[in-house]
Amino acid sequence: MIEARGLTKRFGDKVAVDDLSFVVEPGIVTGFLGPNGAGKSTTMRLILGLDHPTRGQALVNGHPYATAKAPMREVGALLDAKDVHGGRTARAHLKSLAQSNGLPGRRVDEVLDLVGMREVADKRIKGFSLGMSQRIGIAAAMLGDPQILMFDEPVNGLDPEGILWIRGFMQHEAANGRTVFVSSHLMSEMALTAEHLIVIGRGKLLADTSVTEFIAQNSVGGVRVRTPQIEAMRDAFGRAGVKVTDVDKFLQVEGMTTDEVGDLAAANHITIHELFTQHSSLEEAFMEMTRDSVEYHAQVGDVAALDPAAMVGGTK
Amino acid sequence: MTAPAQAPARRYDHARASLGNVIRSEWTKIWSVRSTPWTLLILVVATVGISVLASWGTSTHLNTLSAEDRATLDVTYNSLAGLTLGQLAIAVLGVLIVTTEYSTGGVKATFTAVPNRLRVLLAKGIVFAVIATAVGMITTFLAFYAAQPFWAHQHLAAHIGDPGVLRAIIGSGLYVLASGMFGFALGAVIRHTAGAITAAVALLLVVPPLTQLLPGEWGHDIFKVFTSNAGSMIATTVQQSRSLTPWEGYLAMTVWWVVPLILGAYLIRRRDA
Repeated sequence: MIEARGLTKRFGDKVAVDDLSFVVEPGIVTGFLGPNGAGKSTTMRLILGLDHPTRGQALVNGHPYATAKAPMREVGALLDAKDVHGGRTARAHLKSLAQSNGLPGRRVDEVLDLVGMREVADKRIKGFSLGMSQRIGIAAAMLGDPQILMFDEPVNGLDPEGILWIRGFMQHEAANGRTVFVSSHLMSEMALTAEHLIVIGRGKLLADTSVTEFIAQNSVGGVRVRTPQIEAMRDAFGRAGVKVTDVDKFLQVEGMTTDEVGDLAAANHITIHELFTQHSSLEEAFMEMTRDSVEYHAQVGDVAALDPAAMVGGTK
Repeated sequence: MTAPAQAPARRYDHARASLGNVIRSEWTKIWSVRSTPWTLLILVVATVGISVLASWGTSTHLNTLSAEDRATLDVTYNSLAGLTLGQLAIAVLGVLIVTTEYSTGGVKATFTAVPNRLRVLLAKGIVFAVIATAVGMITTFLAFYAAQPFWAHQHLAAHIGDPGVLRAIIGSGLYVLASGMFGFALGAVIRHTAGAITAAVALLLVVPPLTQLLPGEWGHDIFKVFTSNAGSMIATTVQQSRSLTPWEGYLAMTVWWVVPLILGAYLIRRRDA
């Protein structure tokens, strides 16, 4: 179990993590979701004691991580796969880590087998691809057979096969009763991997909920209609008592099917040029939630912020 | 995906991040990178090579020395002259042991495995001190014996039983430890490879002779206690006037690495990794 209590980290004037409180439970994959720069990595560093919190505290199995007697039995973490001395062989790297906690030497071969890296164990890490480094990082995390696994953006830069492997791995380990805490900036990834979600933006907690609940609450759909007689259509909707919003050159209504909208238009002798059901994806729901808290808007994001329809209507 | 939320059976009950285990880990780490054998090889080759060259040169130009210089000629000291360069090799290794953790990002794995940072620093320091001392001793004995044939021509060869000679050789081995620890301490404080190496080279090699230019009695006091000026006294067998005695010098050199190491130990706990 991981617990954050009012966790706060400032870097100068900038608040990277802002009064964050949450609990990560064992037995499920908990997704840690937020746009880039939201403070996910910093939060993980605070949990591991790599950074010192400005206020608040993080507990691992009920105590600060730094007080663990055999730290590698408690947490296996992979923050950045490239954070390793490239001059060492994979085996030497894993051996040194195993020794530091007094773990048996055969454990090195076990975890190498686990990630399918036995053959390249005696090669220097600097020649490894990102996917291979990622697997070595996971092997290192598994050395102490830890209760908690913590991965920071593990699918970043991986090929589809690697992504599938990591997803399966995390779900398998969670099913074995481990606490699995994994960060991502992609909602779609979390929808596939996680069961519970902790969403942050600009260091603040935005949501702490199950994935199912998050989807139910945030994926709004509606019917969109395009017509040359836009005012007549709007009046017809008004008489029918449904809420209408203007989205680009469409009218969007909620609580009506396309059949009902078609019938309503026919009854009012309105010509329809386009009629369809619009589902906002999870990714859009997540973007909607974090829009105000995105640290660095790209240009596309800026256009969307000025004109939400350009993005919501345009991408689907 | 929905599994009973029950912790897995815990294995490795005897696992501990104890000092002994962290020392074993650091031993593996130091020998699994190429820079270690390379810098140690440079230490040995540079020290022995330059000591031999210096002995050869000085012994064949004895007639150019003044009578006074000849009277105070320190054969043992000249036979260990290569340490001027050798000290830099071991200081660089001391720097690298700490700074590569930061430059590679490996420090995150290190501190995640062992969050007790002082224990990591202590284990690293012990492992490095043992290696620096052992290789330092081998180097100084090799240099001394390799240089003696050149002095023997002039019937000036020093012998291990002569007053101060054994102390000078062993003391010089310990000087290798001290200069290595100086680099190690600078690495812990500065954390950047280039910065720490620059500081080590400046403070061990460039600045010490310059302190001679300082005026007055206080200027001379600074000169004689300054890093290698003080530390090299351990290699002398002829007491130089107005200099520190061999062990006073060694003590001063020790202060030069202990103080920054204490600062480094303080900072390693306070700073974010």
